[in-house]
Amino acid sequence: MTKIVVVTSGKGGVGKTTTSAALATGLALRGFKTTVIDFDVGLRNLDLIMGCERRVVYDLVNVISGDANIKQALIKDKKVDNLFILPASQTRDKDALTIEGVEGVLNALRDDMQMDYIICDSPAGIEKGALMAAYFADEAVVVTNPEVSSVRDSDRIIGILASKTRHAELGDGDIPSRLLLTRYSPERVENGQMLSVEDVQEILAIELLGVVPESQAVLNASNSGSPVILDTDSDAGQAYSDAVARFLGDQLPHRFLTTNKKGLFGRLFGG
Amino acid sequence: MSIFSYLLPKRQNTASVAKERLQIIVARERSTRGGPDYLPQLQEELLQVVRKYVPVDQDAVNVQMDRESGCEILELNITLPEA
Repeated sequence: MTKIVVVTSGKGGVGKTTTSAALATGLALRGFKTTVIDFDVGLRNLDLIMGCERRVVYDLVNVISGDANIKQALIKDKKVDNLFILPASQTRDKDALTIEGVEGVLNALRDDMQMDYIICDSPAGIEKGALMAAYFADEAVVVTNPEVSSVRDSDRIIGILASKTRHAELGDGDIPSRLLLTRYSPERVENGQMLSVEDVQEILAIELLGVVPESQAVLNASNSGSPVILDTDSDAGQAYSDAVARFLGDQLPHRFLTTNKKGLFGRLFGG
Repeated sequence: MSIFSYLLPKRQNTASVAKERLQIIVARERSTRGGPDYLPQLQEELLQVVRKYVPVDQDAVNVQMDRESGCEILELNITLPEA
């Protein structure tokens, strides 16, 4: 059975696309046939993060409007088997996204392409693109930074997920929504300068999928167009791997939540 | 962190301020979530009416919409100052 997952946040710049790329790649690495769709019509970026920007021919809106079929528009990833990218349109306007059109694309991915997972990378905000990305979701990953505006926006998105998805409208109850806390800095938390993972969880009151530490690996990954989860030596890559395992039901302890305690030498001379 | 940071005054714990502010604003926004769009204006106009007779604070009027087994309940809570 195909599962549709929306990666959302409300606020921009918190790591939705980084997370969508990592989650989709992680699922594909485990053998699940996965498509990641960029819903940010007009501001596509997933193609860059996935490193396939020069291979884009058709996009989501082309498929919706019938200019291309799903097979023509899907970009097969070169590094990872079972992984496909459906980019957003760069030129058309958001009104091209309709419920019927999006449903048609998702049905084609499910029935014709036999996908196991469809990851919907939501645009920021609570406008049409974000609502369309969330509408057909069976599950949600809410990406949040430990920072006041991001947490507040995430709470609004959690409210929208509870009322504006197809499952909610059909009366199936809330879709499972899990929190992914990104750009986490244990050192700043210990100094009382950053909301802790417990603080954010207490406020948002949803299950924790993972904590990704603030990491240089994320910028390096986007620079080179290779999802950070493939950087298996990096803290962020490992944190995303853990999150994918938890997403699939594994029980793993959370890592990267505390600083490495320095010895006396380090404490005296900094570093 | 170096030896000098022990000599400097301790920085303020801004995380706890952030948490407190978030708890308040999130609770307030949740209380109006899913309600009709006219609720904030209704609250404002009610406040004006009450203020014609009693001096009350900005947050003395609490309007809440609840849904219970198919019927909607509009709950109005007005806190009057002690006489």
